[in-house]
Amino acid sequence: MREEIERIAAECGVERGALIPILQKVQERYGYLSPGAISEVSRLLRVSDNEVFGVASFYAQFRFTRPGKHSVKVCLGTACHVRGGATILDNVERDLHIREGGVTEDYQFGLERVACFGSCALAPVMVVNKDVYGRMTVSKAKDIIGKYRKA
Amino acid sequence: MSFEDIRREAEAEWRALQSSPKPRIFLGAGTCGRAAGADEIGKTIRKELSRHGIEAIITEVGCIGLCYAEPLVDIKKPGKPRICYGDMTPEKAVQLIEDYLVKDNPRADMALGIIGEGSVDGIPSLFELPVLKPQVRIVLRRCGFIDAEDINQYIANGGYSGLSRALKMTPEQVIQEVRKSGLRGRGGAGFPTAQKWDFCRKAPGDEKYIICNADEGDPGAFMNRSLLEGDPHSVLEGMVIGAYAIGADHGYIYCRAEYPLALERLRKAIARMEQYGLIGKNIMGSGFDFQVTIKEGAGAFVCGEETSLMASIEGRRGMPRSRPPFPAISGLWGKPTNINNVETWADVATILREGGEWYGKHGSEQSKGTKTFSLVGKVERTGLIEVPLGMKLRDIIYGVGGGVLGGKAFKAVQTGGPSGGCLPASMLDSPIDYESLTAAGSIMGSGGMIVMDENTCVVDIARYFLNFTQAESCGKCVPCRVGTRQMLQILERITRGQGMPEDIGDLSRIAATVKQGSLCGLGQTAPNPVLTTLRYFLSEYEAHVLEKRCPALVCKDLIAFYVLPDKCSGCGICLRACPVEAIAGGKRMVHVIDQQKCVRCGTCLDVCPAKFAAVTKVSGEKVEVPGEPVPVTSKKA
Repeated sequence: MREEIERIAAECGVERGALIPILQKVQERYGYLSPGAISEVSRLLRVSDNEVFGVASFYAQFRFTRPGKHSVKVCLGTACHVRGGATILDNVERDLHIREGGVTEDYQFGLERVACFGSCALAPVMVVNKDVYGRMTVSKAKDIIGKYRKA
Repeated sequence: MSFEDIRREAEAEWRALQSSPKPRIFLGAGTCGRAAGADEIGKTIRKELSRHGIEAIITEVGCIGLCYAEPLVDIKKPGKPRICYGDMTPEKAVQLIEDYLVKDNPRADMALGIIGEGSVDGIPSLFELPVLKPQVRIVLRRCGFIDAEDINQYIANGGYSGLSRALKMTPEQVIQEVRKSGLRGRGGAGFPTAQKWDFCRKAPGDEKYIICNADEGDPGAFMNRSLLEGDPHSVLEGMVIGAYAIGADHGYIYCRAEYPLALERLRKAIARMEQYGLIGKNIMGSGFDFQVTIKEGAGAFVCGEETSLMASIEGRRGMPRSRPPFPAISGLWGKPTNINNVETWADVATILREGGEWYGKHGSEQSKGTKTFSLVGKVERTGLIEVPLGMKLRDIIYGVGGGVLGGKAFKAVQTGGPSGGCLPASMLDSPIDYESLTAAGSIMGSGGMIVMDENTCVVDIARYFLNFTQAESCGKCVPCRVGTRQMLQILERITRGQGMPEDIGDLSRIAATVKQGSLCGLGQTAPNPVLTTLRYFLSEYEAHVLEKRCPALVCKDLIAFYVLPDKCSGCGICLRACPVEAIAGGKRMVHVIDQQKCVRCGTCLDVCPAKFAAVTKVSGEKVEVPGEPVPVTSKKA
């Protein structure tokens, strides 16, 4: 991991100001920021682990535990909220037997709620990996999850 | 190659494209078009074209704003007008290619309208439709018309001629031109743009920065995303003009990572600008140097606040700091910095091309020009719209938006996202401008406009926004950190039916404190959703607190679902659909919902066939139902 993180840091510029882009690339590569990865980054930038973790934990994008294979995100932006996004989330939680923020036991699915994807006209919206699904209903959400379960 | 040569070439290329002997197909492929299925339709069209042996030019365009009719496909046959078709599906696309491209039947029944010149029997002009007629498209003029990734198409449609003009003027003249336009910041607060630029220009220091705020964090708003996806060069052109006027040689675009397509388009656009000498050293041979760096946001709403945004670019926690010093004096890396929103930058490009006076002719006395809004929620025609400032809310919601979804009663419209407020029906005739919205207790914001109907609970909406701002509060100052949490707790209590009579007074008092005492815009505006709903919808709070009733039938702890015994036919549909097996019953037996098990998801109400309509949702009243399933007595099947 050391060499890989060194390579990523070199790409972004090994300087304190590039901390966030470095963390973004590290997370893109490994799926999350492990304690080991945080230590590597702090060593390279000559700052404390605490400082790196302090910055990372401020931003919603960064995660510190292993994610599921498929990331399911249910939008709870305002437009999705008034069109029933919370009910979709409730049902996906029941379907996957996890709460938002959790990962299924087999690491197949991770579930998150997000504040807005900017596809409000298609509310309520659900995103699986990079695919955006609009005009969700409880049963459509179930079918979509099922599709990924097989895949 | 001089810019004049580049422009001549781009225009010739554009003309050739217009008179191409091949049919042209335009796919609306912004993020929302793709979410609606545009990619699959694109694939189908390509397959059908090759099956029929037709050669066509397929162009992926940005969002034209008719989100309710997505996915959209336009077809232009040689010598014929460009026809826009909505609500496309792969099946319809197959039919359309066959009927129009092979057999020459334009399928007026499937068409939305004609774009531009020409006419076809039975198809209206798109811009004469009620959704588009009241709109004035300045910023969005090219969105949905040009290939966003083709710089030549941008140049052929007036692009970079504003920059070309600006570079022949002095920086002071450029600022004067912007002043004449009356442009005010489109990010929400509405500060006069020319004045802001002037502060930064006059600030001492050789090194200055400009920033484009594309951290569109308001839930319910996507105007900036659509603009960046559909016409990224307009934003970049505005930035180069602004940098020249201010004397900055480096700019940043801070864009949220949730907008991958916008980021990709921006990167491609910058690469093309470099090839044409429109960015970098000696731009257009003027001796002016400017470069742009893209910074991806990492998901923090507070980073829309300018001092937080700068902290984030510097690689720190995105927390605001007190002002003064203002960013114009000491901003990014301690240097004079000017931040504007995406839309403001795009407006600048138009102002420099068409002139400040021309721009100032649109809009109202105090609020000049146009503003984009994302019109969403419970409205018939959701979409991305652009209207002159000063237009009445009613004309937007009922004219452009076609009224409330399903003909239901209008309750409120929410503007300004978590910093804004809910405006009631009595405000429908007030104009949309900075001053009127502030007087009403809301703000213009970046342009989210969410329509709510009788089935929306305003107390729940206030709770929703406080939940958001409480989670996004950075925690630096006490009024915001503690105050938003206290307000949220009270609102949660009220929506759970555990509100106490003094809660309403407490809410207003805490709200006033948070508004006055918070460090940055997030806290100062966070109480607005609470204050406006208290001001306009006090009776709904009272129903929750005093009668333990949710009049809109939304708050889950205050509602109940019942199967009406005289209407239930015992079909078993709801019983099978219930996700928690809370419904008992059998064939020809009246179904009964176990109120203890019920999670109030509403699935039974949705699935109960309309001919029975046996499920009812109530709040604060008791419905008489049997304790366990009994035989169906009615004669219905």
